[in-house]
Formats: sequence, structure tokens, C-alpha cells
Amino acid sequence: MSWRRLWAIVVKELRQLARDRITLAMIVGIPVIQLVLFGYAINTNLRGLDAGIADQADTAGSRALVMDMLATGVIAPAAHVDTPEELVEMLRQGRISIGVAIPPDFERRRHDGRQVAQVMVDGSDNVVQSAAAQLAQVPVDSAAPDTRAPLVSTPADGPIGIVSFYNPQRRSAVNIVPGLIGVILTMTMVLFTGIAIVRERERGNMELLIATPLSSAELMVGKVLPYIGIGLVQTTVILALGRGLFAVPIQGSLLDVYLAAGLLILANLTMGLLISTRAQSQFQAMQMTFFVFLPSILLSGFMFPFAGMPGPVRWLAEALPLTHFMRLIRGIMLRGAGLAELWREVAALGAFTAVMMAAAILRFRKRLD
Amino acid sequence: MSGAGQDTAIRARGLTKRFGQLVAVDHVDLAVPARHVYGFLGPNGSGKSTTIRMLCGLLTPSEGEIDVLGLSVPREAEALRRRIGYMTQKFSLFDDLEVRENLEFMAAVQGVPKARTARRIDELVEQYHFGDCQKQLAGTMSGGQKQRLALACAVIHEPELLFLDEPTSAVDPESRRDFWEKLFELADGGTTLLVSTHLMDEAERCHRLAVLDRGVLVADGTPAELTARLEGRAFVVASAQPRRAQRRLAELPEVLGVAQVGNELRVLMRAGGPEGGAALARLERVLADGGPAARIRPVRPNLEDVFVAVTRQQRPREERAA
Repeated sequence: MSWRRLWAIVVKELRQLARDRITLAMIVGIPVIQLVLFGYAINTNLRGLDAGIADQADTAGSRALVMDMLATGVIAPAAHVDTPEELVEMLRQGRISIGVAIPPDFERRRHDGRQVAQVMVDGSDNVVQSAAAQLAQVPVDSAAPDTRAPLVSTPADGPIGIVSFYNPQRRSAVNIVPGLIGVILTMTMVLFTGIAIVRERERGNMELLIATPLSSAELMVGKVLPYIGIGLVQTTVILALGRGLFAVPIQGSLLDVYLAAGLLILANLTMGLLISTRAQSQFQAMQMTFFVFLPSILLSGFMFPFAGMPGPVRWLAEALPLTHFMRLIRGIMLRGAGLAELWREVAALGAFTAVMMAAAILRFRKRLD
Repeated sequence: MSGAGQDTAIRARGLTKRFGQLVAVDHVDLAVPARHVYGFLGPNGSGKSTTIRMLCGLLTPSEGEIDVLGLSVPREAEALRRRIGYMTQKFSLFDDLEVRENLEFMAAVQGVPKARTARRIDELVEQYHFGDCQKQLAGTMSGGQKQRLALACAVIHEPELLFLDEPTSAVDPESRRDFWEKLFELADGGTTLLVSTHLMDEAERCHRLAVLDRGVLVADGTPAELTARLEGRAFVVASAQPRRAQRRLAELPEVLGVAQVGNELRVLMRAGGPEGGAALARLERVLADGGPAARIRPVRPNLEDVFVAVTRQQRPREERAA
């Protein structure tokens, strides 16, 4: 490995990058746009769902229950009707997302400790369903405090309290921003190096390069190095915006956050290189990038909880660098864990990088055939 | 420059390359003398690029042995790369780097000593007339300028052997002349050059030539040797109706080719048939008998005749030996 040749590649990449305005814009633009979009748009904590209310009891107690539900802010009254049948009709028409039905014998049921009301949910939307579960936790407030019972569960159940650790206000942004660092780095880093080698092949530079003493390792490492810096710049942009716009805290050390990001950057860059040695055109490289990107988003735990996945899917998820980064970054930023405590994930990312880099260097031949 | 001790820069025996069913290069034997400009003449698809790529170790031959500068290729290709320069057919430098940045990059990659780099680049900028456009992006330059830059980059480490794959196919005649001046300067300096081309006027400039057709080496020698073999077989026919005369002559079995050049026809006789005066008489008789009135005179064969002769007579192979 000649440092001079390696450095020549790095300088060349940086000079080319500096003249490539679209890529430069992407480096900062992608994190900003994604963060704002995801941060504001993805909100699993629903407010103001349209609700229909059929209070057949119409007692002081039942009215108080309805007021309590509205007070959670999860639902907003859209219609008051007389019968549960009308609620079902409105649900089907999509005019309401949630129906609250209180039967005429509300007071007797409450006294007997039976189910006192029913929350009807538009089950076609997962998120609404979970909002309904939240509603069901509204205590049946009355003069007798010991009769607090959840509305939808069986009468034998006691009141179920959900306490949210680490994100007590249940703000989605707190969960999403750390993960978003990983998602954005996965998208941009794989793509940048994914097209890096193919582009030179398409433009005809590769035939010149392989006729020189330049080695595969020098070329590969030289291509990766500039993008590590770019990845860290992106990380900084996301962290700063996350703090400024969404007040996302960093419980652990900032150094650990950057080290974790660095590990993911390396893993993704080397994966991109491997793609680049395989792809025949920049377009193919993009397709392969998406082939990696989609499972990463869906299976890493960024969108859906890892615990809910069946066995084989978990194995697949374990093979994705983003899965390990999710655990790392949430641990560091939200739970204040140290990198050393999360050594398993660090080792997984390191191993992934080593395998990808070796495969890329071995696959790249200084031959045209 | 080293390599002075060797008389043959490139030697290849039975060089063959197959791509699936297609035989791109078919048992080619080559001997390229050192410090010469050696030409590869052949039409597109004749295997020129494939041969060059095998010689510099970019393609693995299906068969055959290659010895370049005393190194066995492809086994010792890595060692060879430090001693050769390669100018690709398509411009392969970086469009989005400046002229000087391209030179700096190639200097570093080719291992020009750091202390010498700036001086060597200044030298090339001077020699190749880049004084006023060092800061220009390579992609914005004209075809001729790009070729000059590609050549400057290919020789930045002062290689003993330079491969040039159709270097001037996209360049105007003026730039082409300048370019060839540079090539001869390099040869005078002790560099061996292997240049592929499909242009006859370029081929004529080479010290020695190999003519390739459909992957087969059909002739080689100096341009003078090659044309001398056709002595007595080339004629020019001047007629008021050149196209009618052409149709008439093309029917003759002993005529290998008839091509119109301006108002005249250039006729090449088949080997083994009548030559010199006998051929002249034969042509005159044919045209007098039902053909248009014409004056016929013998001419000195040129490389185009050589090319026509060796490529058209290839099929009956015994004849080619004549």
C-alpha cells in the first residue's frame, strides 16, 4: 500500500466532489429534508381522531367519562348519535375513526365491575388501534375510586397502567431522530460508494486506472476515506437539527455517538463498494442500493419493533448493519449507555465492515475480463 | 531511459483471445523492435484493441505466450505496469479535473518521485503547450487538446514502452500532424511505441506495420516492404464513364479490387494472375471490348492496396503466401 497513491485517490475524489454540485447539495439536503419530514410527519402519537359518541346512559357519570376521554386529546368529538349501530355505520363510511358507546345500564355495570363502555376502532389502521388502547386506559372516575377498571378489557382485569420510560412524553421525534441518523447514513453512504467505482467504469477512467501500478486496496480505501468525513458531517447536521427542532436529548457521550456513527458509515461504505464492483451501470448500482435500503428500514427496528419479528426475519435483520446501529444509537442517546456496554453491536458492525471490504478488494480485478 | 540492451520490446507467439464463440484474436505472432514506432493497421473489430489489452496485461489471453520488456505477461503484469504507458481509445482522464490536476494525479499514481513531480509537470505543460490552460477542466477541451493531455499523462513517468489505441481517430488533421511529431520525438528519446490505427496515412508513418484482419495477422513489415510486394499489380484507369468501367472491371476474376478515387479508378490485380505489362494489356483489352474508352497506367502501390490485397485474399490461404 503506497500512501502517496492512496492520498492521490482521496484528493482526486474530493476535487471531483467539490465540483459536483448536485452531490454536494444531497449531502446536506437529504438529512435536512428527511429529518423535517420524518420528525413532523411520522407521529405514532395521534391527536384529535374524529370520534362518534353514543351515550345511551346519559348520567352524570357517563358524561364525566366522555369528558375525560376528550381531555386526553386523542379524540375530538365529530358526532353525537343515539345508538351503537349508528356508530358502526359511520365507521364503515369513514366519517369517524373511533366510536365510543356507553350502554343505558352504565351505572349498574360500573357498580358490578363489569365492562362499562365500548371503544370501537377503525381496525384498518394499526396506529389508530394503538390509540384506542390508550383510550381504554382512561379510568372510570367516580365517587368510588377502587372501581377504576379498563373499559375494553375483561371485568376481572385490574386497571393497567402504562408507564413509558426514556420517552415519558411519548414524543415520536425522540425515538425517530436517533434512528434517522442510521437511515440517512445507510441511504447516502451506500449510494455514494455504490456508484463510485461503476461511474469510473462508465466514463472509461477505469481502463486507465487499472493499467497503472495502482492497487485494488489503494483504490478501494481511497474511495471510502472522503465519504467517512461526509458521513460525519451528515451526522452532525441531524444531531443539531434534532436538538434544535425536536429537543432530542443525548443522554450518553457525544464521542460515543460519533464513534457509533463512524462504525455504521464504514459498514455502509464498504457494502457500497461491494455493490460497485458487481454493478454494470450506475442505474444497476442504484437498484441494488434500494434492495439493501428497504429491508434496512423495515427490519432494523427503525419502523417496527424487532421483538415482534418471527425467527428467520430476525436472522436477516441481524445481518443488516442498521439493526445493530439502531440498538447502539438508541442505547447511547436515549438510555445513556456507553459504547463499551454495547460491545456486541460494535463487534457486529466491525465484522460486517471487515467482511465487506475484503470481499470488495478481492472481487475487484485489475482486468477487463 | 532503460531498455537499451534489448532489441525486441514485445514478442508474442500464438496469441489468441476468444469471447465465447467469437475468436477476436487468432494465433497472432508478433515481434516489435525496440525504439520503433510500430503500427497496428486494421478495420474496426479486427482485434487491434484486444491485442493491445492483452499485451499490457488488461486481458488474459486464451492461448499463447507474451513477453514484454523481458517480462512474462499476464503473470508479471504488475511489474510491467510501472514501465509502460497506455493511452486508451476513448479519452479516459477525468473530465471534472483541471489539466494540471489530471497531471498531478497521474504523476502520483505512476510513482513519479515527489521531488521531481512539479518539475516534470512544468516540463510537460511546456512541451505539450498547456501553458495557458492549466486551470481548464479537461472535459471542456477540444478533441486535439484532450489527445495531447492523454499523451502527456501516459508519458509522465517516462515509460520504456507506450501503447496507443487509435490515438487520433477523433482529431483534425492539423492536430494529428502535431501529435505524430510528438510520437517521433518519443521514439528518438528511446521509447518503443505501439500505435493502432485504421487510417492509412498514419500507418504510412510507422517504422513497421502489422496488418490485422478479423483477428488474424495477415501481413507485417515496413511500409516499403509491404507495398513492394504488390509492385506491378496496381493501376489507375481514367475514363469519362468511371462507374461503367468499374462495373466492367469488377467482373474479371483476376481483378481483386476496383475503387473509385475522384474521376479515376484504382485497380488492384489478384496475386498469381497477370502482372506488369501483361496485366496492363489484359485490362486494356477488356475495356476496348465493350467497355467505355479509358486510359490505363501503372502506379506505385500504396498501403491501401496492401490492405485490400491482404484482407481480400485471406480466404484461400495458400495464395496469401505469394
